[in-house]
Amino acid sequence: MNQLNVTVNGIAYRAEAGDTILELCRREGIHVPTLCDHPDLRTKGICRICVVEVKGYRTLQAACSTPLAEGMEIATSGDKVRRARKTIVELLLANHYTDCTVCPKNLSCELQSLANEYGLTELRWKERRERIIPRDLSSPVFVRDNNKCILCQRCIRACQDLQGVGALANLWKGDRTIIGSAFNRPISDIVCINCGQCVAHCPTGALHEKYSVEDVWKAVDEPGKVVAIQTAPAIRAALGEEFGLPPGTRVTGRMVTALKMMGFDYVFDTQFAADLTIMEEATELLTRLKGALVDKKHTHLPMTTSCSPGWIKFQEHFFPELLPHLSTCKSPQQMFGALLKTYWAERMKLSPEQIYSVSVMPCTAKKFEASRPEMGREGYADVDFALTTRELAAMIKQAGIDLTNLPDTPFDNPLGDSTGAATIFAATGGVMEAALRTAYEVVTGREVPFEHLDIKPLRGFEGVREAAVPFAGLKPEYSWLEGVTLKVLVAHGTANAKTVMQAVKAGTLDAHFIEIMTCPGGCLGGGGQPLPITPEKRVARARAIYEEDAALKLRKSHENPAVAKLYADFLGKPNSHKAHELLHTKYTPRGRY
Amino acid sequence: MLRESLLMKIDELSRAYGEERDAVLPVLQGLQREFGYLGPEVVNEVARKFELSQTEVFSVASFYHFLNTKRRGRFVIRICRTISCALKDKEKVQHALEAELGIKMGETTGDGKYTLDYANCMGMCDQGPSMMVNDDLFAGLTPSKAVDIVRGYR
Amino acid sequence: MARKIDLVFSDLEPGLALKKALAMKPEALIDTIKESKLRGRGGAGFSTGMKWEAARRSAAGKEACFICNADEGEPGTFKDKRILELQTSKVIEGMVIGARAVGATRGFIYLRGEYNYLKPSILAKLAELEKLGLLGKAICGEKDFCFDLELRLGSGAYVCGEETALIESLESRRGEPRNKPPFPTDHGFLGMPTVVNNVETLAFIPHIVLHGGEWFQEFGTKASAGSKLFSVSGDCAKPGIYEFEYGITIRQLLREVEADADTKAVQIGGASGFCASADDFDKAIAFEGIPTGGSIIVFNQSRSMFKVLKNFVEFFQEESCGQCTPCREGCSRMLEGILKFEEGKGNSKTITDLLELAETMSLASKCGFGQSVPNSFRTIVSKFRDEILSA
Repeated sequence: MNQLNVTVNGIAYRAEAGDTILELCRREGIHVPTLCDHPDLRTKGICRICVVEVKGYRTLQAACSTPLAEGMEIATSGDKVRRARKTIVELLLANHYTDCTVCPKNLSCELQSLANEYGLTELRWKERRERIIPRDLSSPVFVRDNNKCILCQRCIRACQDLQGVGALANLWKGDRTIIGSAFNRPISDIVCINCGQCVAHCPTGALHEKYSVEDVWKAVDEPGKVVAIQTAPAIRAALGEEFGLPPGTRVTGRMVTALKMMGFDYVFDTQFAADLTIMEEATELLTRLKGALVDKKHTHLPMTTSCSPGWIKFQEHFFPELLPHLSTCKSPQQMFGALLKTYWAERMKLSPEQIYSVSVMPCTAKKFEASRPEMGREGYADVDFALTTRELAAMIKQAGIDLTNLPDTPFDNPLGDSTGAATIFAATGGVMEAALRTAYEVVTGREVPFEHLDIKPLRGFEGVREAAVPFAGLKPEYSWLEGVTLKVLVAHGTANAKTVMQAVKAGTLDAHFIEIMTCPGGCLGGGGQPLPITPEKRVARARAIYEEDAALKLRKSHENPAVAKLYADFLGKPNSHKAHELLHTKYTPRGRY
Repeated sequence: MLRESLLMKIDELSRAYGEERDAVLPVLQGLQREFGYLGPEVVNEVARKFELSQTEVFSVASFYHFLNTKRRGRFVIRICRTISCALKDKEKVQHALEAELGIKMGETTGDGKYTLDYANCMGMCDQGPSMMVNDDLFAGLTPSKAVDIVRGYR
Repeated sequence: MARKIDLVFSDLEPGLALKKALAMKPEALIDTIKESKLRGRGGAGFSTGMKWEAARRSAAGKEACFICNADEGEPGTFKDKRILELQTSKVIEGMVIGARAVGATRGFIYLRGEYNYLKPSILAKLAELEKLGLLGKAICGEKDFCFDLELRLGSGAYVCGEETALIESLESRRGEPRNKPPFPTDHGFLGMPTVVNNVETLAFIPHIVLHGGEWFQEFGTKASAGSKLFSVSGDCAKPGIYEFEYGITIRQLLREVEADADTKAVQIGGASGFCASADDFDKAIAFEGIPTGGSIIVFNQSRSMFKVLKNFVEFFQEESCGQCTPCREGCSRMLEGILKFEEGKGNSKTITDLLELAETMSLASKCGFGQSVPNSFRTIVSKFRDEILSA
């Protein structure tokens, strides 16, 4: 790669040809403010807050979109730059409905920080003092408030480029521009998969999830009700960030303590249900493989995972004809909820009506998933409220609890035991790795042939990753797998899922089993996780997840004793009739047009 | 509009302009000429044809002044309001048309025939006040000339 | 005294220049254009020869695209319309020559929607030239030289006159300008190396090819070679289109169009240009003097410069694409500020605030649109401050 010599604020630097001014400054720790720029998204260069002075140019240059050139002399501050940036922040603020004290983004809003940074004490332009645009409350999982939108287009790029959905775009033009859906109709009128990546990328309070906080407090306080809460694998490696802990700090035990202090009667672990999902799904995979290889009947392979509700809705809209490829397994959240109000309720001698089933998820789509009509029975829902990580953090703070200084408490049982295989569900590739650890051992009696059970080819953040596992030395009842190499594929971000499924549709994809996670990075990068989302945070959270798995004694789902007991006492065996009734589901073809 | 006629027209237009994304704008222009405006069904079928979201198609359509996403009059009258026409009494032409049609700028007559709107410089600057009626360009307007022209569109 | 020139509207036998161009190596052809010092006639004034050279370099071995920018929209500009009415084949021939020079196989004429009435005649001319073997496949019998030229229309967006917004519009996207770099010559239509040239610029190409580069410098000025079309409107007895060599003074032009002896102001370059008052009338119209894409609007003593300013700012507020903060918010607030004067609430602080806003727009906007919005504001305010304050 070519090297360049440039100076920034009088100091000489060497940089790679092709780098932008912003990339160099970030690397060297030189502060340049940004708004529309985001490491996940392609550069737009429209907010103009990152403008810098470059010798020889009359106009200021946007650092995010200006490539370096040999001999460039850059100044990131100075009178011209300061005045321009101040005016830009002022212009954005004047058109922004400012109710910071009661805004969900109070103290975490990027526009607010800039106003502070540029020491604004007055606005010279007429301010937006009311919500002149009605909010869009139509989505089941999030709220759009255009009165706070600064038109940075991060949501548009996330929805279009990361997720391949395109639910949001610029409408009209000039100072009449707003971000919305076709004909500026409510977003519920068009295809939206509820993934919340738009929310995750929004720098202000223009987008935020629908809050269940008050409902959950009411439930906790309601006399005569038992409130059981389940927490997803991704929470424990990210919740601490909302309390000032560095990304990648595991707060599992402290989280349980906090939940107990808040008044939740039972604190369970979604990971229990994740192990269960592996049992059901691995069995389902083997059944399909047998159908294809032995019975030679038309089978829906490749099979795709079904634990990511954004992905489910994506497939229902974009590839309804391929729905039979989905595993019929519910997600861990929903398997858990079903068992809570049947298996657990029976043991506790409670009726389902006496139980509030709450979940904490890194996800916004889980709110929609919980409300799907097939996720319940006899008039009750298996999960009553799904909270995001951010909502939980807010509740902990409201309860006056300092998460950082709590002792550890273990999860309650019988729905609290889990293995490392369940933990890694939080990372892209984790579900596949967990499934292989079990499937391989089920058919061969030996552990997966990867050192320390770490299936490295499935790890990392490449959009689409593959692995091939040859079966050899099979148990007699699985001799029909002799000579078969199991081909698996992992994809994250629904834009990548689209490419994969198009290949499935065209018949050009050679794989037996595909894991799809809606969100870039997997659940640890979910729409409900602490903000702002960055690639570094995903890496740190993933490291914590894999470390937790590595440190556990039990790392294979089929070794979970509580799951074994569940089958022995209640379900019979994987894919049994009862298991199908409670733990499997059906899908709704929705189409796009 | 019948769905069949819409689909046929889309097919005809994409045979002329192509099946790739860059054909979308000419296709929308052709559909507007045929159906008068680009409503939800039109946007939906164009989105389906080019495998885009309805929002993406609407986003493009709503950017352009001459593409209507809402039903407007059969004849859209656009009066130039830029400086050279303004210097030559375009106000008088505008008032005459408003009075004649009984509507104000931006409105459509009750019978759905005429819409009055603005446009910016149409390149007729040396010829006195100008206007467009749908695709047709007129300049050198006086109040009576303008009224006669508009009434000629039946 | 600047000379009147009759080049753009002079008839040329179709194919004459093209055949000469085909006899040259493309590099030599580009050298001729560079030598002529021809600069873009749409307003930006970039060296046409250098643009072609950059495109040819990027295009090495790849597909390239050649586009005619017929989205003339600057208030007061109507010269491209006339060229397309009367000299269509010359413009097309200029494109074919350009396609040959840079190695483009595909091209577009992007015609503003308001000129839709020209569609039939342009299509007819394209068909005619193809029949003559001057366009399409195997041009002039060279079986490897093909140039497929398509006519596409705009839909009423001034900003699509900006070359990257035009390309976005051709890709059927919103006409929102792109970041530069990369320049269209590196990454343009669908990522191809692309040249975007104004109609008038292209009309000069066949003449330059025929007479040589040096010849074009025989008229005009040192820094602004050749002649320029001016479209004159407003308060004068003889509005219309004029062709003069660069360097003509405002005063001479005013005499030519029979404007009042006490003309108050002339807007050079349209809404995004400069307002010249009597003190400026001896300045030259040229890239090194007061530049213009051709628009000349004359205001007599009866005109309110406040109303003129308001008209321009309304224009920009309507036409801004809206993607970048300084322009979107700036145009809106600038109009709001100006309307304050109409309401009797404007004062010198308003002007100061607006000037600071104008500075931010001119320095920090993403594209030439936002960067030039302040031009008319600043010049009118500085020369006619009294009228603004007393509006």
